[in-house]
Amino acid sequence: MSEIVFNIISGIAYLVLAPVVGGLLAGVDRKISARMQRRVGPPLLQPFYDFFKLWGKQPIAVNEAQSFYVFGFLLFVIISGLFFFTQGDILLVVFTLTMASVCFIVAAYSSNSPFSQVGAERELVQTMAYEPMLLLVALGFYLNCGSFSIETILNAPHMNFIYMPGIFVGLCYILLIKFRKSPFDLSMSHEAHQELIQGVVTEISGRTLALIELAHWYENVFLLGFVYLFFAWSATWSPVLGLAMCALTYFNDILIDNCCSRVKWEHMLASTWLVTLVAGFVNIMFLMYMR
Amino acid sequence: MSYIKKSPWLVHYDGSSCNGCDIEVLACLTPLYDVERFGIVNTGNPKHADIFLVTGGVNAQNLPVVKQIYEQMPEPKVVIAVGACACTGGVFHDCYNMIGGMDKAIPVDVYVPGCAARPEAIIDGVVKGLAVLEEKQKAVAVLAERAEEERETVLEPTVAMHKQQEAKK
Repeated sequence: MSEIVFNIISGIAYLVLAPVVGGLLAGVDRKISARMQRRVGPPLLQPFYDFFKLWGKQPIAVNEAQSFYVFGFLLFVIISGLFFFTQGDILLVVFTLTMASVCFIVAAYSSNSPFSQVGAERELVQTMAYEPMLLLVALGFYLNCGSFSIETILNAPHMNFIYMPGIFVGLCYILLIKFRKSPFDLSMSHEAHQELIQGVVTEISGRTLALIELAHWYENVFLLGFVYLFFAWSATWSPVLGLAMCALTYFNDILIDNCCSRVKWEHMLASTWLVTLVAGFVNIMFLMYMR
Repeated sequence: MSYIKKSPWLVHYDGSSCNGCDIEVLACLTPLYDVERFGIVNTGNPKHADIFLVTGGVNAQNLPVVKQIYEQMPEPKVVIAVGACACTGGVFHDCYNMIGGMDKAIPVDVYVPGCAARPEAIIDGVVKGLAVLEEKQKAVAVLAERAEEERETVLEPTVAMHKQQEAKK
């Protein structure tokens, strides 16, 4: 009974705190990026200022369907996060997240703007690139812990990372795509505002754009949760290690973002699948042999 | 509290000019001036922008372009004309195809003089534009409230009457 209560509390905490943490992460990201370029950078709370400003702008919708799909994106991201933080099924989390990205892509396709269409196509390619690795992550946890349930994974007898280093490398690689960082910020980017790269959100403005930002904050928080799972086991001090590794992974992504230029989509697809095959699949074979 | 002053996103368009001001605008983004300190983002998308920063004058060919960018921006929005050409037409004012400064095409809120305008002057102009932006936001809010009242009196007269009675009490 107390377990259910704990799950409900952590679910509500996710709903309330994830946008705050996600927004702060985005602020830290912009600040660190600015410092890496020897600039002062915006205030830490800048993403929240942007969000509230967008919320107050005049609503311009290109069609009725678009805001519906964007809302679907937000809803599915929140639902998959809820599955994650109420210690549900990791496979369910991965598939609900796919539903969210489908909504996002359809929202971009719903407008006739060529920029939006190109953005949607690139987003599709990105989804194709990272999806196999996400499934391998879920599969790896199953093979290592004997269950897809996050509750079991968190109470594993030993650190999951020890048996799944390859899968962790693969996850870090696709996190660059999911966080929309260079070299893989093909469909939309937070930096290059002058390009085709505005892509998916070209035709989305005002309140709808604010909802997309919010969805990304939710998404980023529970994607870092995946990193946490690798470093969580039954030891009492493992949460500290998990959070530290989440911070390190995020910092590493910011560093790579500032060091790299954007690659072509063919290169992204080929390299991601190569990493999936070499790091992910070999690790899976190892886990199957171990059983 | 007005968030629009803390997060002005601008779209930059270069009309017919020598590109001198254009380069000064880009200089504002460099580490030396770093306009992102004020939350300013140079977006390429008029639908995301709050500030329309134009350099160069308006001629017969770019007139529809300027108008279209202006119309695509959601309210509240501010137009800042940067440089002599954008203010009056500058050295090009006598050319056969020139219409004149940007205010011949769209309503301009802030004029930044200079040939070319220095980055400090441009940043100063944007900060002046922020005050106008905040005023406009208030005006838009008042208009929206008025439109809502009007809608109520036409479509839901009983609700409107009830509200008036409440107000009298």
